[in-house]
Order: sequence, then C-alpha cells, then structure tokens
Amino acid sequence: MLTTEEIEEIEKAIRIVPYKKAACVEALKVVQAHRSYVSDESLKDVANFMDMSAEELDSVATFYNLIFRKPVGRHIILLCDSISCWVMGYDKIKEQLTQKLNIEYGETTGDGRFTLLPNPCLGTCDCAPALMIDKDLYRNLKVEELDEILKKYE
Amino acid sequence: MERPLTQHIRKDGKALSLKEYAQLGGYQSLRKMVKMSPQEVQTLVKDSNLKGRGGAGFSTGLKWSFVPMNAPKPKYLIANADEMEPGTFKDRILLESTPHQLIEGMIIAAYAIQANESFVFLRWAYKTAAAAITQAIDEAHEAGYLGENILGSGFDLHMHLHTGVGRYMCGEETALLNSLEGKRATPRAKPPFPQVSGLFGRPTIVNNVETFCCLPHIVNNGADWFKKLSLTQDAGTKLYGVSGKVKKPGAWELPMGVTLRELIEEHAGGMQEGLKFRGALPGGASTDFLVEEHLDVKMDFAGVVAAGSRLGTGTVVVLDDKTCPVGFVKNLEHFFAQESCGFCTPCREGLPWIEKILGSIDSGDGRPEDIKLLEDHAKYLGPGNTFCALAPGAMEPLQSALKYFREDFERHINDKGCAYEMKIAPKTRSH
Repeated sequence: MLTTEEIEEIEKAIRIVPYKKAACVEALKVVQAHRSYVSDESLKDVANFMDMSAEELDSVATFYNLIFRKPVGRHIILLCDSISCWVMGYDKIKEQLTQKLNIEYGETTGDGRFTLLPNPCLGTCDCAPALMIDKDLYRNLKVEELDEILKKYE
Repeated sequence: MERPLTQHIRKDGKALSLKEYAQLGGYQSLRKMVKMSPQEVQTLVKDSNLKGRGGAGFSTGLKWSFVPMNAPKPKYLIANADEMEPGTFKDRILLESTPHQLIEGMIIAAYAIQANESFVFLRWAYKTAAAAITQAIDEAHEAGYLGENILGSGFDLHMHLHTGVGRYMCGEETALLNSLEGKRATPRAKPPFPQVSGLFGRPTIVNNVETFCCLPHIVNNGADWFKKLSLTQDAGTKLYGVSGKVKKPGAWELPMGVTLRELIEEHAGGMQEGLKFRGALPGGASTDFLVEEHLDVKMDFAGVVAAGSRLGTGTVVVLDDKTCPVGFVKNLEHFFAQESCGFCTPCREGLPWIEKILGSIDSGDGRPEDIKLLEDHAKYLGPGNTFCALAPGAMEPLQSALKYFREDFERHINDKGCAYEMKIAPKTRSH
C-alpha cells in the first residue's frame, strides 16, 4: 500500500506531465526515497497506481542503476570507477574500501550499514579520486581518510 | 581576457542568489529580448556562430530553425544537464555557481522557439546543483522571469527540474526524451528529429548547459562581440578542463581555440614531477587520443577534427608515461559496455567482447591475433553500424590507442602481462 504522503508526491509529479505513465520514474523515486528500495510489493503498488502492468514498470525500474530493486544498507557508497579516478588511484581506494567493509560491489555489510556500488564518472575529475556517500561528495580521496569518512555514517 | 560565463562565480563556488545575480547585470538580456521577435533572436544566435557545447558542435541557431513556429502548443525546451561523459566536469561548475545564468539562457531559447514548457534534466549525482536550481527556479518565478506574461511580453514559460536515476544513455538527446516520458532510456530513430517530434511527440529543443549560458551574453553584447571572443572561426569562449596526473587539474573559461599545449602546460601547470605526457583524450571518454605531435592543435571544433579526434566536451583527460594505456582503454571500454542500453546488437554484444579481450591482454592472457580482433571491432562498431553514437564513440579511444600505443598492446601479449607499475603520485591540491 502506498502511503498518503507517497501518493501526494506522486500526484504532484503527474500534474507536470500530459499523461500518468510518464511520471512512473518519478513515482519509483518517491517510493525509494521513503522505503530505501523498491520491493516487489512496492513495485506492484506503484504499477497499480500508475495504470501500468508490474512487468512494464519493472522493465523501466531495472533499466536505471540508481533505482534499487533489492534491499540496500542505511547508507549507499558510490565509488567513481571512471577514467580520471582510475588514473588517480581508484584501485587502491577500492581495495581498501572492500577490505574495511568486508564486502564486494553490490553487497551490503552484515550490520546493514553500507551498500557498496561502483558508479560512472561523478563529474569531479579535477579532484579525483572521488566517492559519494548518500548526498555527500568526497573528493581528492586518500586511503588514510577512509576511516574518518566512514565514521560519520551510522 | 573576457570570461562572460564564469566572471561572476564566487570564490567559494556557492550559487549566486537572484538578487546577487541581478546586481551583476543578470536578467538584463530579457529586457532586450522582449523587444525582439522570436525570429530576430534566432537570427542573432545563428549569426553569432554559437555551436552546441555538449559535444556534437552543431550550430545552435540552425538547430532552432527546424522547429515549426506555427505548431500548436505545447512545444518543449530541455536543458541537458546529464553530464556523464567520463572526464567531464564543466557543466557542474556552471550549474552549482550560476543557476540563474542557465535559467536566463533557457528563457531566451524558449522565447526564440516559442516553447512554453521546459525541463532541466539533471543527473542524480549533482546534489548541490539540484538544490541551487530548485531555489533559482523559485526565485525566478517570484521575480516574474518565469511564469505567465514574462516582463509584460505575453510570453509564458514554466520550468521544472527532473533529476535522473543513472545511465549514461540519458545524455543522448532522444534517449533523454524517452527517459523524461517515463520509459527506458533507449535512443529513437531519426527522423523525425526532436525539433519536429520530440518530447510527447511535440516539437522539442535540447541544448547543453554551457550552450544556454552563452545566450544572455550574446543577446546583451551582440553576435560580433561573441565571435571576437574566440581565437579561431568557432565563436565564443569555452569551458576547458584538464584531469589526470598534471600539477593543477581544473577547469577554465578561455577563448575558443587555445592549444592543447597551453591548456596542459600553462593552465594545468604541466605534468606532475617525474612524469611525461603520453597522450590525451581531448573531450571526454568518447574521443580519439591526441599525442605529443598534436600539442599545438587548436582546441576548437575544426582544429581537433583535423587532428583526427573531436573537441567533444573540451575536458581533457591526460595519459602519462607511467600509466598503462591498455589499462586506460580497458577502463573506458568497461564503462561503455556497462552503459550500452542493449537495444542494438553490435553495441550490446560487441562492447562486452572488447572489454573481455582487453582484460585478457591486460592480465597476460592475450593472443597475438587479439589486436586484429580489436581492430575489426573498431570497424564493425563504427559509425553507420549501430543505432546511436554510443558504440562509435567507444571505438574512438580504442582505435586511436591501437594506432599510437600499439607497442604497449604487443608488449602485454609478448610479455604475458602489464609492465607498468601503477604508482600513486602525491597529490598537490586539496579542496
């Protein structure tokens, strides 16, 4: 079941476009913002609300890498794996990060604190290497700083 | 030297409010604009020789001229702020620091094609920009620059921010339209071109952020002034950037047509200690390498094409002599393979194959015939063989790497592995 708040936000997005279905990406974003990911159950609820089949909506949902169709941790780490970051030492950052968290890409720590994902270019190439945790961008990363950064997220 | 687009950027990079922007002359161009007819604005921009700053370099005024002016409402205008080309970070600067400059430029473009609805398509990762644009749109509404009857002209314009949920494909004009329509971001067949049948089947113009930001200055100062900003025949200034192991990576607004040497040696401070310049992608991941013999190439649209590459986004990624070119290209092809939308076969199947071959060569399992195999792919995934420009773009760094760094590919195969030691050089800059 979608909450009243979710429905309000989805309806706001629908008002901008000429027909309902066009707001389906927005609708998925709304649900994800409230529930951290889009479960099968939520997907069906959104599809119902948008007058779409669940299959059609899922074909859209699974196309976009930042719509999460599986449970994620409380914080999402997006590590930039594109060219400038690679040149500036991405490999070392990745190695340290996966060791510290004891997870690989696509996995969530046992305590549900972090999900680690690779991300294409974060658009801050003059300050590479870079990563994002939730809404926060960290640039000019050094391996020694990782502990301090991770500590901020519980 | 004039730097119209970046002259008012604050030292801390924080967004200028409407009040601050207006005090610096912001939104003045609209008062001039409303005294002109839409056709006059189009002609002015065509005369200015402004070419799209998103990578393709097509004449902005000419692009607008394909919009049928007598088409019934609505028409759409879209800012492509989905900056996802690896190595590119120029639009982020404009979006975060001067969101009102973008809005002012969008109002001019919308007026020129008489579009009453507009969207800013912003990539998910640009959180600071999202906040800045949201606030700027609200402020512009309150001040009467957006909404109904702008400055008493009878012209209406509504503007919405749409933040994406990933995928490089969204930067492709027609895939962006599909994404805005709530579909998978796959490209559309052309024709019909978006100017005639774009968003929701309506006439639509999509322009890059930097392109829009040029417009207020063209309206304020005229076409000739804009042309004179440049050192070459391609008009205006350009936001150039340099990343990689140079002393001072960064972005700078400079006259169009500065040389690659000036960018790297003067503005970026030259290579880091102990490293030599080996090559560079002049305008993002999907451009051919330039090498030492090209350092004096003028970085404008025609100049870079003459050197066998493309200006692209004008943000240079530098390859140094201690970084493995095979690994470099493998990183690029991994990106393209991952970001292929999967719609057409050569791209969907070819790119992962290329990534695997490069992986084998890099890890010492390469065979001598692999080089030929890569060259064949570069041909079969080239222009004309795929549905959109993603795969041909992906082939540009590959084919040029095989040309300029061939001995590195051969050595990997002969030595069964990579001889480069990826040393992480000390950083010289902190933010």
